Amino acid sequence: MHIFLFLLPQLILFLSLVLVFGIDLVGSKEKKWLPYLALTGTTISLAVSIYLFGWVEITAESVLGGMIAIDSFSLYFQIFAAVIASIIILLSIEYMALRSPYQGEYYSLILLACFSISLLSVSADLVMVFISFELLSISSYILTGFLRNDPKSSEAAIKYFLYGSIASAMMLYGMSLLYGATASTNLIQIAQGLSGIDPGLRWVIYPALVLLMVGFGFKTVTVPFHQWSPDAYEGAPTPVTAFLAVGSIGAGFAVLIRVMLTALPDFQVNWAALIAGLSIMSMTLGNLVAISQKNIKRMLAYSGIAHAGYILIGLVSWDLWYPGMVFDGVSGVLIYLLVYLAANLGAFAVVIGFEHKLGSNQISDYAGLIQRSPLMAGTMVVFLFSLIGIPGTGGFVGKLMIFGAALRKEYYFLAIIAIINSVVAGFYYLNVIRYMFFQPLDEPQRDRIQLPKTLSAVIILTCVFTLLMGLFAQPFIQFVQASLGLITS
Amino acid sequence: MNFPILTAITFIPLLISTIVLLIPKSKENWIRSVSTVLSLIPLALSIYIYIAVRADPGKMHFTEEYSWIPAIDVYYRMGVDGLSAVMLVLTTLLSTLCYYYSIYTIKNRVKEYYFLFLLLQVGMSGVFVSLDFIFFYVFWEIGLVPMYLLIGIWGGERRIYASIKFFLYTLAGSMAMLLAIIGVYLATGTFNILEAAAAQPFAGNFALSAAAFWAFFVAFAIKVPIFPFHTWLPDAHTEAPTAGSVILAGVLLKLGAYGLIRIVLPIFPKTFAFYSYNVPVIPILAVISIVYGALVCMAQWDLKRLIAYSSVSHMGYVTLGISAAAASLAISGREGTATSAIISINGASLQLFTHGVITGGLFFLVGMIYDRAHTRQIRDFGGLGSKVPYYYGIMMVTGFASLGLPGLAGFWSEFFVFRGAFAIIPIFAIIGVLGIVFTAAYILWKIVQHIFLGEFDQEKWDQVTHQAKLTDLATFEKITMWPLVILMVLIGFYPSLIVRLLNGVSTALVNNILP
Repeated sequence: MHIFLFLLPQLILFLSLVLVFGIDLVGSKEKKWLPYLALTGTTISLAVSIYLFGWVEITAESVLGGMIAIDSFSLYFQIFAAVIASIIILLSIEYMALRSPYQGEYYSLILLACFSISLLSVSADLVMVFISFELLSISSYILTGFLRNDPKSSEAAIKYFLYGSIASAMMLYGMSLLYGATASTNLIQIAQGLSGIDPGLRWVIYPALVLLMVGFGFKTVTVPFHQWSPDAYEGAPTPVTAFLAVGSIGAGFAVLIRVMLTALPDFQVNWAALIAGLSIMSMTLGNLVAISQKNIKRMLAYSGIAHAGYILIGLVSWDLWYPGMVFDGVSGVLIYLLVYLAANLGAFAVVIGFEHKLGSNQISDYAGLIQRSPLMAGTMVVFLFSLIGIPGTGGFVGKLMIFGAALRKEYYFLAIIAIINSVVAGFYYLNVIRYMFFQPLDEPQRDRIQLPKTLSAVIILTCVFTLLMGLFAQPFIQFVQASLGLITS
Repeated sequence: MNFPILTAITFIPLLISTIVLLIPKSKENWIRSVSTVLSLIPLALSIYIYIAVRADPGKMHFTEEYSWIPAIDVYYRMGVDGLSAVMLVLTTLLSTLCYYYSIYTIKNRVKEYYFLFLLLQVGMSGVFVSLDFIFFYVFWEIGLVPMYLLIGIWGGERRIYASIKFFLYTLAGSMAMLLAIIGVYLATGTFNILEAAAAQPFAGNFALSAAAFWAFFVAFAIKVPIFPFHTWLPDAHTEAPTAGSVILAGVLLKLGAYGLIRIVLPIFPKTFAFYSYNVPVIPILAVISIVYGALVCMAQWDLKRLIAYSSVSHMGYVTLGISAAAASLAISGREGTATSAIISINGASLQLFTHGVITGGLFFLVGMIYDRAHTRQIRDFGGLGSKVPYYYGIMMVTGFASLGLPGLAGFWSEFFVFRGAFAIIPIFAIIGVLGIVFTAAYILWKIVQHIFLGEFDQEKWDQVTHQAKLTDLATFEKITMWPLVILMVLIGFYPSLIVRLLNGVSTALVNNILP
């Protein structure tokens, strides 16, 4: 099998984005089928990635002069990106048709953003990392401000942009320090360069680590680099919020894991300490602030910060995986991302459906939802319980793997902070359930909510996956463990 | 391969709940009768298990083992011994009675109600048959969710507060337990509860052993509940719908005590002994639960809250019995210690069953009077004895069983606990006996005297109940109560009906932990 075949998933995404954009530019006025064209592209890309996943064991190597890594880890994220792109497109069809005339631009930007996630996950060189990082950021800024007549959307975009550009600049500075220390931008060569580094120059690693974490922390929405997120989440069109909350965070973890494990594995003690601190802050602050939120998008934003904190525990507890090893940290990260993807996108699908029909994002307006739409309320309970980590849902398996990894490395303190936070998180998730189930509605409001088919499909699909990952976790864990192959020196 | 009877008993309620989900919402009577009638299947199966296990109750029977998540060593492991069998009978019996009683008492959102209740039964039965930690944990938590929704939707005025409190307390406990489970796994390399007990994790490391012990202990103590983790209980019990309170008191509290006997005692015997004898924190908490719970009952004027606090007190006997058995390890050289330890575990586990039957019955009775009067204030009643003699009679039997009158079920379990504990930790047994005195006082004074004795005052009744009709028990209420009353009398006269099964388990357990 030719090695360049492994670039097909990205190429397909790129091709469909060009197609969508081009057809929109020259094509007819009728634009209803544009999203379906984009969806076809993402589906093909997904199918190809899954097919390639079976072959990757044999071919873990880097191509294009060490710019691009072809390994199972990157294929995991290509599958991840394609799934997200497909779901976000499905979530957007009804919602955006009503709110924006710029269909072609919107879907090509979504494709571009997912293409850059995919690109970020294969980057094996700091230059490549930075380019795809910026590509993702810029497309996200535009998407956030896409409803340009809505002042909240524009404000969100500006805020996001300002934070983002500073974070990128700091990250670039960190990269330049690494380059200065090792005379290379290739991740593998950096690792080699650092192992033989002059002890007098060793101190360069520490500022470099901190500066890199600013950029990665910005993408993974980690405290204290999180300030942009609640406003951006609230102002952005809700499908874009869903993208930011899952896709963008996933991309952040992809690059974080690759850079740390490929370029800096020998410095685990240092970055683990740093990341453990960020993780504790994220979990605690995210959960505490989420409690007082009245807007569900903001609540999910803060809860996302907390989840980023849990996921970071997995990275902190990283160990080289060997077959038969139980509870390793990075498997925990990857399984948690899958679980989080299903539960959070499902929750956002419900939020989008609700906003689309009733025009509100206030948690108190969810009162009596069980009577107006048993489908929405019933599945939302599954999503929220998954986010809490109740067994039977995927969230439990994610938490089990993450906590297991922390305990295996004897990070008891981190594990205890995490469980305290899980209980605090229970409080605000239950608050939504309380409104949906316990607050009766006044009679005249009891009209049923009819969801668009695309949204119902996403809701049911994510709900099924959330339950499947909880009840039959084995194939998912196997998939994740097969994804641990990283190119290393 | 044999018929997987434990899988059947656990998951038939899930099947019924799916059937309920498929019945249209408007056919409420269908939903009610299908749930009630089909729930007789698990009841029958559990009675079959009870009979089958009688011959050799100390061993695990009907074991099933399938690989579930091999990547993290999680298995689908089930098995029953005498203790599990007895608890299964209690669970399925009380569930069926609750479905039956709810036919007449739950009028709104019937479909959701039965769906959740059946899901709850899955969780409870699952805990009693699981032999794998993760599997156990899954069922433990699955029971939590429907109970939360049951309290929140069908509960009383402060239901929202009570339901959140219930959920968060239990979640906090179970999260601690999850860490301890992983810790035990990392120390022993297995999630199998029996193998982990045989491996004795952390035997050489007291700090870790104590941490894991307390994590499990707190999780179970919250559920039992043991003072000072009991504060969720009065709220949850008081606000829950009648059938919910019955299941809460009758089965859910037992999950915690069952965990102490099945998991904590066999896996951490030395640590448990240390905290029961050398630093007797646990017997102290048990005694506080007994005496404090009973004293609060004396001061309580809300009948349902009174019964709720009586559970705190009565479950204190269970804790006392278990900790006495643990403490026996510290004085294992003394003659007769093993026998006393066995007796005290017998008492504790018998108390699980009898308390389930008695307090379940008491909560049904409270619900029945509340449905008539729409008040639970003891001061609002008086002289009901002449008006509702049938109700009075049943309440007397149940109340006397609760205070431990010889000849009724409650006597034996308390007697065994104190007989066992007196030989091992005498001082706590002596203080604990005070609880029996107070129990007699509040049952006789609060319930019997204030509610039933004296002259019936029609004017006052009309005023407090807005002229509600006071009728004696209806047929469905009698049918609900009779199985429980029969059990109380039957066990009172023939305790070996249950003790024979429990004794096998206790003997095996004590033989394993004593050197």
